[in-house]
Amino acid sequence: MDFSLGEDRQMLVDSLSRFLADKYPFATRTAAAFEGTGWSRALWGQLAELGAIGALFDESVGGFGGSPFDVGVVFGELGRALVTGPWLATLQAGHVLAAAGLTDDLGAVIAGEAVIGYAEEEADTWFDPAEIATRATVSGDGWVLDGAKTVVSCAGSVDRLLVVARAEAGLSTFLVERDAPGLTVHDYLLVDGGSAGDVTFAATPARLVGIAGEAGPVIEAARALGLVALAWEGVAVMDVLRDQTLDYLRTRKQFGIQIGKFQALQHRMATIALEIEQARSAAINAADSFSADRIVRERAASAAKVTIGKAGSLAAEEAIQMHGGIGMTWELALSHYAKRLMMIGHELGDEDYHLARYIELGRERIAEEA
Amino acid sequence: MDLKFTPEEEAFRDEVRAFLAEKLPQRLSDKMRKGQHLTKAEHEEWHAILNARGWLANHWPVDWGGTGWTVIQRFIFETETALANAPRVLPFGLSMIGPVLLKYGSEEQKRKWLPRILDGSDWWCQGYSEPGAGSDLASLKTSAVRDGDHYVVNGQKTWTTLGQYANMMFCLVRTATDGKKQDGISFLLIDMATPGIEVRPIRLLSGDHEVNEVFFTDVRVPVENLVGEENRGWTYAKYLLTYERTNIAGVGSSMAALGDLKDIARTQRRGGRPLAEDPQFAARLARLEIELENMKTTNMRVLAAAGAGAAPVAESSMLKIRGTEIRQTIDDLMRRAAGTYARPWVPESFEGGWNGEPVGPEWAGPVATQYFNNRKLSIFGGSNEVQREIITKAILEL
Ligand SMILES: Cc1cc2nc3c(=O)[nH]c(=O)nc-3n(C[C@H](O)[C@H](O)[C@H](O)COP(=O)(O)OP(=O)(O)OC[C@H]3O[C@@H](n4cnc5c(N)ncnc54)[C@H](O)[C@@H]3O)c2cc1C
Repeated sequence: MDFSLGEDRQMLVDSLSRFLADKYPFATRTAAAFEGTGWSRALWGQLAELGAIGALFDESVGGFGGSPFDVGVVFGELGRALVTGPWLATLQAGHVLAAAGLTDDLGAVIAGEAVIGYAEEEADTWFDPAEIATRATVSGDGWVLDGAKTVVSCAGSVDRLLVVARAEAGLSTFLVERDAPGLTVHDYLLVDGGSAGDVTFAATPARLVGIAGEAGPVIEAARALGLVALAWEGVAVMDVLRDQTLDYLRTRKQFGIQIGKFQALQHRMATIALEIEQARSAAINAADSFSADRIVRERAASAAKVTIGKAGSLAAEEAIQMHGGIGMTWELALSHYAKRLMMIGHELGDEDYHLARYIELGRERIAEEA
Repeated sequence: MDLKFTPEEEAFRDEVRAFLAEKLPQRLSDKMRKGQHLTKAEHEEWHAILNARGWLANHWPVDWGGTGWTVIQRFIFETETALANAPRVLPFGLSMIGPVLLKYGSEEQKRKWLPRILDGSDWWCQGYSEPGAGSDLASLKTSAVRDGDHYVVNGQKTWTTLGQYANMMFCLVRTATDGKKQDGISFLLIDMATPGIEVRPIRLLSGDHEVNEVFFTDVRVPVENLVGEENRGWTYAKYLLTYERTNIAGVGSSMAALGDLKDIARTQRRGGRPLAEDPQFAARLARLEIELENMKTTNMRVLAAAGAGAAPVAESSMLKIRGTEIRQTIDDLMRRAAGTYARPWVPESFEGGWNGEPVGPEWAGPVATQYFNNRKLSIFGGSNEVQREIITKAILEL
């Protein structure tokens, strides 16, 4: 076993973290995350240049990474700096483009030239693609879409969308230009910064990606990779919360002594530290299992989400609590890390959803073996 | 033992319901239901409606405009108003400075200030915490130095809730630095319009402006605004905190919020069935409900034992801890129930008159903001850690 990141990956981590510390300090971040589109396209271009997008994809499709561990470390750095923007969407949509062999389209994404969104979830799907109702129909020699997607990351400010819709043959994926006819976006900011939008399609022209009716397994794998990304991001955010809280416990004095000397707080800090290590292991497991067979991969991804959900709300709530009043303020970066961590819990399925799914997949495995 | 309401109590509940049906403006209950902010005028409007009925200061003695209600009646009133989505009565005048003046104020002070609380002439804020004095409140440094018939106040208070609206502050100040730190504290009533006071907003993580910093530079306060004796303020301050804690427990409002949550669980669908049928969510909800049922009785037991007034110190700490934990769990389940719709943030929608397009179900709009905002419950009024210290020492004698 080898738990080191390896030299190339470490170099990528170092260069991203130096760049973000330098160019994206907290004040810059807060301004970008809560104004206008909620993310900075200029920063996006610079990060693309540094290889943050290329690292998410395999050499065979024009990237220079693509292993789940590459994905993990990139999202870890994005999390540490609370970078907003359609990162998760790019990962999932890019994975779908790569699976369909659309390397030109993916190339533009990797270069940071065409920013892509990912539209899967609908008001009634509740994380379950089986419930997707957006319809795709053949029209002339192309396709049109009708339906609505919800909370689509940066929907109002991306160049195109990768949309999951139901064709007669079953779940399929499509590329839609942001300015396509019949497409409307109602966009809004998010609690933890950044933006999303509700997107409606009315006879909106779309280009089929891959084979009609066969998208199910592809989007499932894309989501598993997304869960790896969120798990690594979540762990990185927890690391920051823990460090900032430890600093505070060492400096804040009440009753004439550092509050970190109170055993009531010490033991809780110890629990948090332990939970974070468990979460880190879950994130590593999910990355490691990504290339295993479907059920192993999916169970590890769900296990990571369950773990991040549980450890994340503990870490976020305790970090605020142990800071007292100051932890409640917008001015303190800590509160924004706490918000990000809690909202990670609401992306790509929450703790309860993935716990149920973990159980279900276990049953499937037993049935297979019988 | 008998936990049923008596016929008189049932009749009282009907009376409260009838009053709310007639007098609670729908404009206000709509705002409350949508989780929108009330304006200063709207808070004052509701206080005036209650005052007109004689129900504003329901825990004060009858002689001073109180109701003479039993603890059961007060509990019924709290629950019914919460169920009707009425605004809460702001505690600063009625449940904080009011009881202190009633117990420790001079006749003159009572006659001057108590009626002004009732008729809405004064909006009070609480000047206890300082940047360096939170849990260790007794280490506060804001100083008051006697100069003729005035005190001259210098220093800083912080976390002052709704200080932006207040015209009066009850304030803990240091009047002696020798001896025990608790023995050098005095309790002053300060007019916020006095020269030398500056109020600066603090923005909370939820984006809300509800707390402030207040700076004092050579602020002259007339000596008749000293409550009780100089250097005895700590006793009065602690008396007030017990009231505050009992108040924060908020059992009635948690019962109303649990009702809303159950409605949501029945209607919100998840994976093709109501959320209430999701085994994980159902278990979370059941545990919460059990805890709240227990709390209802614990709350009544403590209050009944105490008779009129606030709960005893250590028991009020129990109520504060579990009451706030329950409320925070409700907020946690609300955000879970919202699923992906916990993420959008439309702060304009928290103000009255907003008629934009909601994202997802209307109830989901404020849930994440409320969840984050209510993290304060376990921090203020004496943090829950400090409450556990009190229980450890005062009840368990460890
Ligand atoms: C939204 C909000 C509104 C408020 N409104 C008002 C107001 O109107 N007026 C007012 O005067 N104040 C108000 N407060 C202030 C509040 O009372 C203080 O925040 C609180 O007393 C905690 O103090 P602190 O913030 O300085 O935290 P600290 O005292 O610095 O505490 C930090 C952490 O250390 C823990 N801790 C401290 N001592 C111990 C110990 N001995 N053992 C174990 N753990 C310990 C605390 O529990 C906390 O977790 C408000 C606070 C908030 C957040």
